[in-house]
Amino acid sequence: MTMRASRLKRVIGAVTAAATVAFVAACGSGDSGDTASDGSVTLEFAQWWGAELPAGEFDKIVSDFTAQNPTIKIKLLSAPYDATKQQLVTGAASKTLPDVVGLDGAWVNDFAKQGAITDLSKLMTDANYDSGQLASQVQVDGKTYMIPVVNFVYPLFVNKDLLAKAGVAKVPTTRTEFLDAAKKISASGGDVKGWALPLDTAVPNGVQNDVMSWLWASGGSMLQDGKPNLQSAPVKSTVEYVKSLNDAGVIAPGSLTMKEQDKVEKFTNGQVGMMIDSLAHINLIKKNKPGLKFEVAALPAEDTYTGKRGIPYASWGIGISNSTKHKAEAFKFVSYLLGQETNAKLSTIANGFPGNKNAKPDFSGSDPMFKTAFDIYQQGYPANEFVGLAKSEDLMRSFDEQLQLVLTGKSSVDDALAKAQESWSSVID
Amino acid sequence: MTSLMASKAAAPVEQAAPPKKKTLARRLVPYGYLSPTAILIVVLMVVPIVMVISYSFRDNVIVQENPVFAGFANYTKVLTDPDFLIAIKNTAIFISVSMVAHLLLGLAFAMMLNTPLLGGVTKAVFRIVYILPWLFTIAVIAVIWRLLLDPSGVVNYVLHSLGLIQDGVNWLGDPGKALWVVTFINIWSGYPFFMISLLAGLQGIPGDLYEAAAVDGTNWLQRFRHVTLPQLRPVIISMAVLDLIWTSQQFALIWLTTGGGPLHATEMLSTYTYKQAFSEYEFSTASAAAVIVLLLTMVLAFFYVRQQRER
Repeated sequence: MTMRASRLKRVIGAVTAAATVAFVAACGSGDSGDTASDGSVTLEFAQWWGAELPAGEFDKIVSDFTAQNPTIKIKLLSAPYDATKQQLVTGAASKTLPDVVGLDGAWVNDFAKQGAITDLSKLMTDANYDSGQLASQVQVDGKTYMIPVVNFVYPLFVNKDLLAKAGVAKVPTTRTEFLDAAKKISASGGDVKGWALPLDTAVPNGVQNDVMSWLWASGGSMLQDGKPNLQSAPVKSTVEYVKSLNDAGVIAPGSLTMKEQDKVEKFTNGQVGMMIDSLAHINLIKKNKPGLKFEVAALPAEDTYTGKRGIPYASWGIGISNSTKHKAEAFKFVSYLLGQETNAKLSTIANGFPGNKNAKPDFSGSDPMFKTAFDIYQQGYPANEFVGLAKSEDLMRSFDEQLQLVLTGKSSVDDALAKAQESWSSVID
Repeated sequence: MTSLMASKAAAPVEQAAPPKKKTLARRLVPYGYLSPTAILIVVLMVVPIVMVISYSFRDNVIVQENPVFAGFANYTKVLTDPDFLIAIKNTAIFISVSMVAHLLLGLAFAMMLNTPLLGGVTKAVFRIVYILPWLFTIAVIAVIWRLLLDPSGVVNYVLHSLGLIQDGVNWLGDPGKALWVVTFINIWSGYPFFMISLLAGLQGIPGDLYEAAAVDGTNWLQRFRHVTLPQLRPVIISMAVLDLIWTSQQFALIWLTTGGGPLHATEMLSTYTYKQAFSEYEFSTASAAAVIVLLLTMVLAFFYVRQQRER
């Protein structure tokens, strides 16, 4: 009896040990993109789009694809933007990216240099794909690594009630008019301020959306021949303008640690009269404050500027992992999402603008402001110089820190720009 | 006696007779039982730590296929980076002030909950109220305090209504205040754990010690100094060291409230390391910073282990 019990114990011990080893080995051998016994391929697609679209909508678009292509299955890995970013950064580092990945233009350079995402130019050639239908492509060293599927522009949002209360009849179109309107709104009483400037350094995209947008709206550039050019007159005038808004006391307090969502919340609550924000937030604002009267407009430019206005944008970009075994199938899925019909449908439900030039989003069921924004978009040009730059978040953060020094009176505009230029030059070679 | 000794000595000789194979299998059995734990410790602790240490001695790890050995270059870079030195200073202030405040508040509340002056129901109500901050997750705490401390938020409204301030105070956005404000939030969220542990300690002090002290003619303060504190000493020391270690790893609260800003005013070792890795993609310097943090934490862990052994 004792013998049997001890043998049993030994067997249990050995089985537990073997199971643990098997479990640990299984943990380490996770491989995306498997071919099933029936020859069908499963592609993993990590993105944050599903989380931002109305529930179930993205699944429908994907299931249409799998219905047309029974040999390809798509497994959606949907998570919020920040979580997706972290997952992809670690996945890129360990070369375990899912087969198809949602990309932000700001990540492309780093992922491409790490060899984590594949050269799409080659896949387009192999598949005889007509790249002429694409509105834009994000390239590194002349090769395409990301294709924007849906673009979201960042126009100026204006609270009509606050503007009227402050006695401003017309939505500002120049910097002088904007400063004047912001001053009047701030003077109209209560805690209301003219403008919100989120400069939180945890996610420093305020530099792109709320600061550099002023530069691009006047046709300026922060780069010259791909190199940083932060000490140029247009950049200096932009920073001086932001400083003048700060000196005039028209910026909502707390901007140094303000996040993008705080900005939207303050605008929604009528605490700020104007903000530069993603068009994607129109529905959110309307849902949270149904009675708020607001409209979108082109970003104000320098008083003498008459050229086309750059309008900042963010994209839902797409790329393919370099380590996937099923690049052709992955590209088939990418070209489906960029197809004229699917792309129009996706843009419509996402309230964005299509990545396929020929796709026409259907504005009939959406807010008229989207039509206005589409007109602004077509009259100007999409501008976001951070797309495709190396370590773009780091560039934004170092610029952010210098701007904070300027706004707190600890540095002059010239010194801050010289330091930012030095810092950027060490990153962009 | 001699025969007993002889029979005892003979026994192993008899048992040694079975084949060698069986002895080996039997000897391996304990390792079989230990192996699940041992494998998990190796895979989840030893391997990552060794990898991070090896990364810290190489250049451009992860982002490049073939990183080269860089000696102590990453350590030199980190230790001469002014932002890292600020992060060390901020972390030291953050953890030491938090620990002292956790201890004082925890002890004060624990003594209030242990007093015989209050009834059972009152104590139960206060116990729930005092423990509430500990029940929220850090993300919720960060959101609540960001809303409360907004320049046009509740805190400023109350202070303004009471006539204590004239203009809205920029609590988290002012470089001069941000560190103290995040420390305050951390104190608020962390004191209940001290309170619970110290309350358990207080309830374990035998009543006859107080009675003996009372017979000796001591007053309340003397009993606190000569009975309560010495009895709580092991709990206090353990909690203090553990709190220093835990608070030094606080990342989520800082990241969600200030992100290390404004102007590095709340930059901690954790946020610095995160930015190095996931924003600058400098995994080598991030690893070097992580190893330095590991060494500093090990010093604290050493005191903790020594104190535990003394007990």
